[in-house]
Amino acid sequence: MAKRSFKNSALPTILTYLGLAIGLVFSTFPIVWMLFSSLKSNTEIFALPPRLLPKDFTLAAYLTIFNDPVKVRFFINSYFVAGVVTCLTLVIAILTAYGFSRYSFRFKNTLNIFIISTQTVPPITLLIPYFGMVVAFRIFDTYLALILTYMVFTLPYAVLLMTGYLNTLPKELDEAVLVDGGSSWTALWRVIVPVSIPGIVATAVYTFLLAWNEFLFALTLTKSMDLRTVPIGIQLLMGQHAFEWNEMMAMSVLGSLPLLVLYLVAQRYFLAGMTAGSVKS
Amino acid sequence: MNHSAPALVAAQVKAPGKRRLRYSTLRKLVPYFYVSPATLLLVLLMLFPMVMVFKYSLMDGAIMKKDAAFAGVQNYLTIFENPVFWQSVGQTMYFTIMSVVFHFIIGLAFALLLNTNRVDPLIRSILRVLFILPWLFTAVIIAIIWRLLLDPNGVVNSVLMALHIINFKVEWFSSTRTAIHALTFANIWAGYPLYMVSLLAGLQGISKELYEAAGIDGANELEKFWYITIPQLMPIIISIALLDFIWTMQVFPLVWMTTGGGPIYSTEVLSTFTYKLAFSQYEFSLASASAMIILIISMSVTYFYIKHQQRR
Repeated sequence: MAKRSFKNSALPTILTYLGLAIGLVFSTFPIVWMLFSSLKSNTEIFALPPRLLPKDFTLAAYLTIFNDPVKVRFFINSYFVAGVVTCLTLVIAILTAYGFSRYSFRFKNTLNIFIISTQTVPPITLLIPYFGMVVAFRIFDTYLALILTYMVFTLPYAVLLMTGYLNTLPKELDEAVLVDGGSSWTALWRVIVPVSIPGIVATAVYTFLLAWNEFLFALTLTKSMDLRTVPIGIQLLMGQHAFEWNEMMAMSVLGSLPLLVLYLVAQRYFLAGMTAGSVKS
Repeated sequence: MNHSAPALVAAQVKAPGKRRLRYSTLRKLVPYFYVSPATLLLVLLMLFPMVMVFKYSLMDGAIMKKDAAFAGVQNYLTIFENPVFWQSVGQTMYFTIMSVVFHFIIGLAFALLLNTNRVDPLIRSILRVLFILPWLFTAVIIAIIWRLLLDPNGVVNSVLMALHIINFKVEWFSSTRTAIHALTFANIWAGYPLYMVSLLAGLQGISKELYEAAGIDGANELEKFWYITIPQLMPIIISIALLDFIWTMQVFPLVWMTTGGGPIYSTEVLSTFTYKLAFSQYEFSLASASAMIILIISMSVTYFYIKHQQRR
């Protein structure tokens, strides 16, 4: 009997903690290693035996980045492009989601399938005609080319997340405005949008993440260093500076920072939005 | 719901005839007004380019030549004759299937670990946040983190040598024998959190009564897992796995930044193969044919995904 109660309580608990500890190392060790490598000198990075904590703690890698206008520009570009894409995507997605969640209309199902299937179109397939179109319209190597093309993959997610969120709001909310003689436009912006802030935050964070991380279009549709975003900047540095690892790691930390901050601040909304999107969409 | 609907009807009935007519025609147009910006943008940026890429794939010298001639299916035949294409297909499938399987196993394991009440709730919620972190990193950064860790002089080799698992410095990303596995491993690390988040939500949605009923019938933990948990999670598992399959099959930046398809094509996948045709060799017509093949594979999986979503 004693043996059995041990088996029922203590052992599974120990195994669960063990599993969680293994999971913690698996998921965070590479990130922690990156963080501490960015604080090491370049010679210390491959020191033997390897040490996690830097022996000579230095911010040299970060200072080099902040003092290099070319690298600072990568960050400005990324913030600008991702910011504009997020704002435009949100406005269009809120309108579409409202249409989807409050009305039934002809072609609704077709349109819904179209939007769902746009999630799965390979970027590489679109890249070749985009290159042709962007050159033909003379917007090659401009912010406009990036902002416009990013919308094609931020918009479907934003619409699905927002529609999922609006579907959870009771129809009485906006019907009250309609009954009082108000238009649906008023109902949307005065009633629906204010109560949808959690859904909007989740959608905004996810949209920003997608735009911030985009690589393929940024690589191909821009050419000048003035327009390069962080992922491309890191790729270029990797080729040019033949592995100044501490600087690469510092760039990576700085390049991940906005997403980490957004995620930690908004993770409650974000997780709720994501699970709603992936479970129900 | 119950009192607002009659109120709405009453408001319409009371309105004068002329206003009611205008109101009802306008009312029909309202939803189209709301969905039109997204529809227009997606048609312009999705349907039109897809028609273009199909057209390019049937031409000879698309984009490069001003008067590119119609070439029929010649580009597709050229692609099919290329042994590197078939090697890329095989490697893409290996990379994709291994990624999907391990994403699922790790995602489910973590979701189950986080779902038990054997662990302090505070620890659970902290770990839940930390376990998702790999998902937030962009592919370029994932690539350089793993290049640092898997460098011949890097920490992974040091640890494996200290444990006597290997006795020489393995060049993980630059050996034809290990590169595809190293790449797949990095992708597995980066991609499990989507499964974890979704399956955790799914687990929390399973009714406790099912487990209690099974417990009364004498089912053990393993049987409960196999006959309740897995079937209840199945719709989520299928959705996420289909999406993950499509997305992983198209992966580009991670491969580009770790191995660039090398050494000697040993990590070439369909997307890097296509990209090089277009932007290294300027063979836009061949690249378009290759891109069409990727699109067809993706769309055939998407068909099952949509069927599955609509059945739910």
